[in-house]
Amino acid sequence: MFCEKAIELIRELHRMSDGQLPAFNEDGLRQVLQEMEALYEQNQSDVNEAKSEGRAKLIPSIKLRHCCLLRNQRCVTAYLYDRLLRIRALRWEYGSVLPANVRFHMCAEELQWFSQYKKSLASFMRSLGGNEGLDITQDMKPPKSLYIEVRCLKDHGEFEIDDGTVILLKKNSQHFLPRWKCEQLIRQGVLEHVVS
Amino acid sequence: MDTQSYFPVPPGVGMEENFLSLDDILLSHERLPIRTECTFPRLGFLEKSIPESPGTKMELPLWLTKGLYERKRKVVSVELPKVYKEGWRTVFNADPNVVDLHKMGPYYYGLGSQMLHFDSPENPEIAQTLLQTFIARFRRTMDSSQNAYNEDTSAFVERLDCLEKALFRSGQSGLNGFQSWEKGQASQLTASSLVLNYRKRKITDVQP
Repeated sequence: MFCEKAIELIRELHRMSDGQLPAFNEDGLRQVLQEMEALYEQNQSDVNEAKSEGRAKLIPSIKLRHCCLLRNQRCVTAYLYDRLLRIRALRWEYGSVLPANVRFHMCAEELQWFSQYKKSLASFMRSLGGNEGLDITQDMKPPKSLYIEVRCLKDHGEFEIDDGTVILLKKNSQHFLPRWKCEQLIRQGVLEHVVS
Repeated sequence: MDTQSYFPVPPGVGMEENFLSLDDILLSHERLPIRTECTFPRLGFLEKSIPESPGTKMELPLWLTKGLYERKRKVVSVELPKVYKEGWRTVFNADPNVVDLHKMGPYYYGLGSQMLHFDSPENPEIAQTLLQTFIARFRRTMDSSQNAYNEDTSAFVERLDCLEKALFRSGQSGLNGFQSWEKGQASQLTASSLVLNYRKRKITDVQP
């Protein structure tokens, strides 16, 4: 049956329902586009024949091929759109710098989209709150205190805080740090919030 | 409650499908029994499953059936799958709670709603059965999703249809959020679940 490759792409995404981004299936996409081209050419020649010779018998086949073209188009569009939704989620979960293994899963156009989305988000955040702007990716949970106790889960090297002091983040070391500096690192799993 | 950042396109409600929803695309991949009413020339040698002669019974996916179906009924005519026929409808009307809806086709409600596009004379009864089944089963789904905390619910969940499973999941996430708030964990900053999942997969990605 037609459109099997297209549904494969959708299943690939559906399997990861938590929002993870699988590798960009360039081969699959190319095969779907080739199938669409082949269907389109057949339909073109059949339509010309039906019009010039008045053979209405060809119309059901033309209709069927047209349905397949629309189906492939729907699957490809949904595939690309869902991937963009996942990439958008990455900006909110990971921050502006993505780790290499995630970037590897994105195609060139998606990387471009990501950097443009970052820019749009940054200019929006700058426009809020008067002259200073407001970082809306912070404080996802209402804060209870200015400073929090954190434990380091892995070596992250040196870390500078606002008043200039440099802290060495070694595995299992505990620190009392300002909340706004740590939030990113906690979300990335480098630090752990210790609640006593 | 972990903050959600990934918001996929939800499935459509009732007879409408959402164009970009992955769930709706998979739903419309389900096959229906149909009968061809005309010939499809020049497709036979490309695709063995499309027959040359009219009046053949075969199975086509929902998306193709919806595309080819015309009220004048010249191209295909659709038969009801057996889950929506008279026999099963009486079972559903008697006691909907004992039925394993996952086995009856994982998209019972979705496919049933889509079947209404095909102008069967039994449409009002089908619609009524779908609605009554959902209403009767909803109570149990909601009840267990709100009260099963930290338990193994797989035996219950595997008899649910996809729509009910989604409802169950959101009920559970609400319950877990409330419980963590009660314990005072709501103000604790946590690593994003997405990040943790990526890290788990990293090991397997090293395969050549």
